[in-house]
Amino acid sequence: MNAFDYRAPATLDEALALLREHGDGARVVAGGTALVTMMRQRLVLPDCLVSLRDVEGLNRIEAASGAIRLGALVTHRQAEVSPLVTERLPVLAETFRRVATVRIRHMATVGGSLAHADPNQDPPVTLVALDASVEIRRAGGRRELPLRAFFRDYYETALEPGELVTAVTVPPLPPASGAAFIKFLPRSAEDYATVAVAATVTLEAGGERCREARIALGSVAPTPLRAAKAEALLRGARLDERLLRDVGEAAKGEVDPLTDHRGSAAYKREMTAVMVGRALTQAWEEARRASR
Amino acid sequence: MNRTIRITVNGVAREVEVPTYRTLLDCLRYDLGLTGSKEGCGVGVCGACTVLLDGRMVSSCIALAVFADGHEVTTVEGLAGDERLHPVQQAFMDCGGFQCGICTPGQVVAAKALLDTIENPTEAQIKEWMLGNLCRCTGYYKIVESIQAAAKAVEP
Repeated sequence: MNAFDYRAPATLDEALALLREHGDGARVVAGGTALVTMMRQRLVLPDCLVSLRDVEGLNRIEAASGAIRLGALVTHRQAEVSPLVTERLPVLAETFRRVATVRIRHMATVGGSLAHADPNQDPPVTLVALDASVEIRRAGGRRELPLRAFFRDYYETALEPGELVTAVTVPPLPPASGAAFIKFLPRSAEDYATVAVAATVTLEAGGERCREARIALGSVAPTPLRAAKAEALLRGARLDERLLRDVGEAAKGEVDPLTDHRGSAAYKREMTAVMVGRALTQAWEEARRASR
Repeated sequence: MNRTIRITVNGVAREVEVPTYRTLLDCLRYDLGLTGSKEGCGVGVCGACTVLLDGRMVSSCIALAVFADGHEVTTVEGLAGDERLHPVQQAFMDCGGFQCGICTPGQVVAAKALLDTIENPTEAQIKEWMLGNLCRCTGYYKIVESIQAAAKAVEP
């Protein structure tokens, strides 16, 4: 690693002031699982590392008028075992539980995984499916963005120099809804996915037709993405084999995967269709149970 | 750029000056002479560098030493006391939970963290917890057996 200045402010205001002062040369670090690894590989050479580790108040999981608000410093492990998350959004707790290993989940933070913007990560996929929004702060300012609009490209986000992620807010699912997160792991359990899918299904009164469905995909495009065309086919539809096939086909057309050691682009496209079908089936079953 | 950090390592307060880029693993091994923790993959995957930071297991190869400033670190050297092995260490010996030994410090520390968190883990819980500690010798069965034996031994 290169030589760098290390600052560990105790308050958010100090952290934001440091970011403004150092501009592009500063990098924010929290758990360090992504950034320190990249620094060790000399992919990132910061002049100054601004650590959020001592900043008070960013590691809370709170209920916020029906929604759940996860502070940026909440670790994956904290989110996974949180009674609030487990009870209200089990799909989100399950997603965190499937990330890497317990050891990494003790280190990696919710805010860090968003700011890192690696499209192979799991939590952003489920958070995008759940229509989460991200809270961004800079010295003297605050804004909130839908998470969908936050990711711009591989490792690129809407964050401007001087800004950092302070929280993510996840709204509740409507009644008569189900949700699922699944990923295809042909190698080992802690690997990045070949394809990851998070799906939600909300049923109409009567419990047969779909009122609204959301499909988010990971590892198959430069950013996590919503399969809007596939989602449109589900509105008002009944679940059957043909619908699942059509939705899978539509989703295939919306992805843009890279060929790598987790599969060729063509294979990942095919597996997208398969996994979308499975995730939808699972979410639909859960929605049926919820609407009874 | 250097920093003076204060860490409690295995119950002993230590003060050490490190470059900011020092990993916690290198600090333990080269600054403090605790060579039990090993560097395997260097990217947080293999688990050979597993230590406890405030009781929670972490990968010390991708943690900076400055992250531990003001905190407590437990390494494999801190498990045994008074010439007596920790029950997890004894169980790994009794059950043959290792062969070459390079991954063993990380396995033992991870297993201790597991038993601190779940007193009597099921086989599935053991496998889920330990899946981040790779071993190329044992085939893992003996490691699972060791942890099950340790859980029995730790039981009051």
